[in-house]
Amino acid sequence: MNFDLTSEQKLIVQTTREFVKKELLPHEAEVEKNDHVPDGLVESIKAKAIAAGIYAPNMPEEYGGGGLDSFTMALVERELGAAGYALNYIIARPSNILMACEGDQIERYLIPTITGERYDCLAMSEPDAGSDVRGMKCTAVRDGDEYVINGTKHFISHADMADYVILFAATGEEETARGPKKRITAFLVDMGTPGFELVPGYNAVSNKGYHNSILNFDDCRIPAGNVLGEEHKGFDVANEWLGATRLQVAAICLGRARRAIELATEWAASREQFGQKIGKFQGVSFKLADMQTQYDAAELLTFRAAWKDSEGTMTDSDAAMAKVFATEMCQFVTDEAIQIYGGMGLMDDLPLEMFWRDTRVDRIWDGTSEIQRHIISRAMLRPLGG
Amino acid sequence: MKIVVCVKQIPDPASPYQLDPESYFVVRPNDQVLDDTDRYGVEVALQLSDELGEDASVTLLSMSPGGSQQGIRQALAMGADGAILIEDETLRGADALTTSQILAAAATRAEADLLIAGTESTDGYTGVVPQQVAEIMGVPALTFARKVEHVDGKLRIERQTQAGYDVVEGALPAVLSVTSGVVEPRYPTFKGIMQAKSKPVETLTAADLGVTAKVSQKIVSVEEVEGRQAGDIIEDDGEGYLRIIEKLEEVKVV
Ligand SMILES: Cc1cc2nc3c(=O)[nH]c(=O)nc-3n(C[C@H](O)[C@H](O)[C@H](O)COP(=O)(O)OP(=O)(O)OC[C@H]3O[C@@H](n4cnc5c(N)ncnc54)[C@H](O)[C@@H]3O)c2cc1C
Ligand SMILES: Cc1cc2nc3c(=O)[nH]c(=O)nc-3n(C[C@H](O)[C@H](O)[C@H](O)COP(=O)(O)OP(=O)(O)OC[C@H]3O[C@@H](n4cnc5c(N)ncnc54)[C@H](O)[C@@H]3O)c2cc1C
Repeated sequence: MNFDLTSEQKLIVQTTREFVKKELLPHEAEVEKNDHVPDGLVESIKAKAIAAGIYAPNMPEEYGGGGLDSFTMALVERELGAAGYALNYIIARPSNILMACEGDQIERYLIPTITGERYDCLAMSEPDAGSDVRGMKCTAVRDGDEYVINGTKHFISHADMADYVILFAATGEEETARGPKKRITAFLVDMGTPGFELVPGYNAVSNKGYHNSILNFDDCRIPAGNVLGEEHKGFDVANEWLGATRLQVAAICLGRARRAIELATEWAASREQFGQKIGKFQGVSFKLADMQTQYDAAELLTFRAAWKDSEGTMTDSDAAMAKVFATEMCQFVTDEAIQIYGGMGLMDDLPLEMFWRDTRVDRIWDGTSEIQRHIISRAMLRPLGG
Repeated sequence: MKIVVCVKQIPDPASPYQLDPESYFVVRPNDQVLDDTDRYGVEVALQLSDELGEDASVTLLSMSPGGSQQGIRQALAMGADGAILIEDETLRGADALTTSQILAAAATRAEADLLIAGTESTDGYTGVVPQQVAEIMGVPALTFARKVEHVDGKLRIERQTQAGYDVVEGALPAVLSVTSGVVEPRYPTFKGIMQAKSKPVETLTAADLGVTAKVSQKIVSVEEVEGRQAGDIIEDDGEGYLRIIEKLEEVKVV
């Protein structure tokens, strides 16, 4: 087994790390405090990211993206994860599902999203349909050359920055052995389409400056040509392309955890109580050992899943294990880092309490920890008929 | 115009240096990085080359154990066309003069119209190499440039001085050393990084350049520097600034 990175991968890591350090982190405190990224800053970071060729790194080179494979993307995400979502998502990673674009969708959606002229967001969740996405109530009914959409989506990340939404809606029902099952279709819907209203979402404790929105559809008409993939095959396209988002969440947790470990280690090596460095107390040093061990284990799981994804052999369980372990590792690590700092760890003079809050959502979005465990255990039990 | 840029590969400054206990030479790991100081030279070269268009090329020049060539690739990924690497066991522990002889010979062989270097490296920082190279090549040395222009086939620079800057002009071929204030170096693009591997890296020895390494220097001992003393703390009673001015006058800064 060879764990070495190629020289290209090392350089990609180095470049991304430097970009984060120089262009993103200096704005961290301000964004956190104001819960807002200043408008001019978005434009200037975006322009620099485009010039540096690190914008849309996950998208194919032939359309102007970075052309990185899943494993190299995990390396990039780990570096980007050192900064919060509000800043790191200015460097767009368009949803991989856009690779399902066909015909003029490529010119209208895929390419401009890669070049930075347009920005996407993705809407599945609804007030009454979270983990149980198939229970969604938002419908799209065919009417001639159009679909008519009705319903509500909520918790939709960065919809306030987006020019269009990749929308999942129910397009009918089919009978199965276990009863009726909704058929789901994916659509591309432009902001500003009549009947489509964007409302600011809730104030979250995690990721200040990175907002969620509520999307209301009231007889919103879109052309039939805006189906992404095939009608009724929304979950097929999602399954084909969205596995990597769980790896993204896992890898971002690595970047954040690494910062927390660095800070905690420095503090343990310098803070003195009872006449000695607190790192000399086993109660503190063993925490560091556990934090680092958990981190390494999470990194190995994440990189294994990502590497398998690059090879086309990643299973649902691989991605689920990486996601659940890395997100829970990050919660543990940021919590212990605060403990090592004592009272100071809770103060917003340091970024630790922010890491701790930011990472809370990682155990919820893109499939909760429980859902990931469900996926892993189902794969174990199903072959035994359990 | 053929632009050659010196790029030094150095051990990553983020990890502590190790000295060989016998020779006191810096132990050079397989993965060395591009000396940050040299990114400015590369950027100046790329900007000049962009300005001149088709007729210009940018070649990197480095003397070091090649290792993984990580540092050179980093500069190639920024956009240079190719590189020359001088790698030779007999050059181990080369002093500044030997280094300059090698770089001068390689630049001459490459028919460089312009050789760009940093003013001072991060690991060795003797700060003499560019001037020595110019002397050996018998060409003008335009040093400490904080601004570089190419006008009418000549080079015009603003030379950083203690008091401000001098405007200096020189004919080509020439050696140019640039400070870190000169330009903002670009990031290597991901595409550039992927392409860097397929760019030509020519590897030469001292013999190829007709130079015999005569290393006449030896490091006889290395001692630890004294730890920094704690500073004086001046409590501000409203007129603390006066005491600070006094201090500055004492050490003759103002
Ligand atoms: C800040 C934020 C941003 C988001 N961004 C987006 C976005 O851009 N696009 C989008 O579509 N969605 C987004 N989401 C939605 C997110 O994916 C959902 O919150 C998530 O899937 C969970 O759904 P829910 O919140 O409705 O919880 P529920 O599904 O109601 O779950 C409640 C609890 O029940 C548990 N539970 C549910 N089912 C099971 C089960 N079968 N077995 C065991 N336990 C179970 C859950 O684990 C959880 O603990 C975002 C959410 C947040 C908080
Ligand atoms: C800790 C230490 C102490 C040393 N002390 C001495 C000493 O006292 N006297 C002495 O003669 N030598 C000394 N050397 C050796 C000397 O540093 C090396 O010979 C080196 O190659 C000369 O360069 P510099 O880094 O000092 O060059 P500088 O003159 O500081 O470098 C200026 C520029 O020249 C270019 N350049 C320099 N070296 C190379 C290279 N190898 N490849 C490509 N471009 C290059 C770079 O653009 C650099 O920015 C020392 C080395 C070390 C590591």
